[in-house]
Amino acid sequence: MSDTELRVSKIRNGTVIDHVTGGQALNVLTILDIDGSAGEQVSVGMNVPSGRLGRKDVVKVEDRELSQSEVDVLSLIAPEATINIIRDYEVVEKLRVERPDVVTGILACPNTNCITSGSEPVESRFEVLPDGVRCEYCGTIVREQIAEHIESQ
Amino acid sequence: MPQDHLVTAKELSRDDIEAILDRAVEIADDPSAFRERHADTLLALCFFEPSTRTKMSFDAAAKRLGGETVDMGSVESSSVKKGESLADTMRVVEGYADAIVLRHPSEGSAKMASEFVDVPLINAGDGAGHHPSQTLLDLFTIRESAGLDDLTIGIMGDLKYGRTVHSLSTALTNFDARQHFISPESLRLPRSVRYDLHEAGAQVREHTDLEAILPELDVLYVTRIQRERFPDENEYRKVAGEYQIDAETLDDAKADLSIMHPLPRVDEIAPDIDETTHANYFEQAHNGVPVRMALLDRLL
Ligand SMILES: [Zn+2]
Repeated sequence: MSDTELRVSKIRNGTVIDHVTGGQALNVLTILDIDGSAGEQVSVGMNVPSGRLGRKDVVKVEDRELSQSEVDVLSLIAPEATINIIRDYEVVEKLRVERPDVVTGILACPNTNCITSGSEPVESRFEVLPDGVRCEYCGTIVREQIAEHIESQ
Repeated sequence: MPQDHLVTAKELSRDDIEAILDRAVEIADDPSAFRERHADTLLALCFFEPSTRTKMSFDAAAKRLGGETVDMGSVESSSVKKGESLADTMRVVEGYADAIVLRHPSEGSAKMASEFVDVPLINAGDGAGHHPSQTLLDLFTIRESAGLDDLTIGIMGDLKYGRTVHSLSTALTNFDARQHFISPESLRLPRSVRYDLHEAGAQVREHTDLEAILPELDVLYVTRIQRERFPDENEYRKVAGEYQIDAETLDDAKADLSIMHPLPRVDEIAPDIDETTHANYFEQAHNGVPVRMALLDRLL
């Protein structure tokens, strides 16, 4: 058993999100709307050594299997992430994040004068560009620090 | 125009633009020929921000087509004051009229509103975003004076917040136009507009002063630099003077250079230009009515 695995114990059933960009684990949880309030057990390993990424984060969520569409939005902050679905301690499915064309209701537009920033009954919607995201309402482009714009739940 | 709304200039193809401008020429020639078709149509004017001219221009266009208008009135006297959302207001007004003209202070407001209504919606300015019906009358004016192909145009002033500029530059990517943007560093075109121009493969250059590029221009489109954009009055005074033109400034310009401005102007175009053949801004404003008639004719 490697050091990494020791630090974050194995789970019986659920999802392991591995190879998350170092420091992004908590943003991953926010994007997936996981805060433990539904009773799920969540373990987070941050900045663990990784051959591929140097430092990576690992998130394990017990008793919840994430869908492909749920994990796709992770590509915005953790493009290298791999997702393992675990049943009875065994990996039964491996998912890779794919960049979606559009993300809805996840990011807040940084333009405070954007119609989505007010109290209108409208969800934020961003087109995913090769190197950033773009608000479909006001056109504002965000390229850096996308995680800072994740909507607080 | 894939749907029956006009939200940004991006959805206008070259064919759309030419069809509307051609129709505007026909309408200007003989407005009565179109009146029959539009009698009894009702246009809702929803201006959440004061704009006498654009509103009057749509009002005149609707009435010259034989239709009528209903006006939301000022924001102070409307239900907006009571906290009603724009989405709700639009869903109510949709039941009153055959089409809606919307001016609103927030960027993206017209896009959102268009998702809530089934009647045609025209964006008459959404914050610093877009103003596509202004663009159609700008293109009409440019076509009359310089033509839309093999065009060298300078666009000067507040390019960051200037919604007329955002829509015009986007629409010009449909034509063989070389676009020169002249502004203070702090009021450059926003990243999103530069992105669209780049995506469209537009020929674009940015400058901080007019002098070097002026002799090449067929059209100079001037916009107002607004004092309230500057946190510091001194900063404003430093830049504003650099972007004012007078008859003397134009000594090096082409003889047939056309000067345009979406109006109102303050002091960026000196009155001594008004009497020259360069002045085209009042003509431009007058073109608003036939062009908006043509737009309504297409959408209604
Ligand atoms: Zn926005």
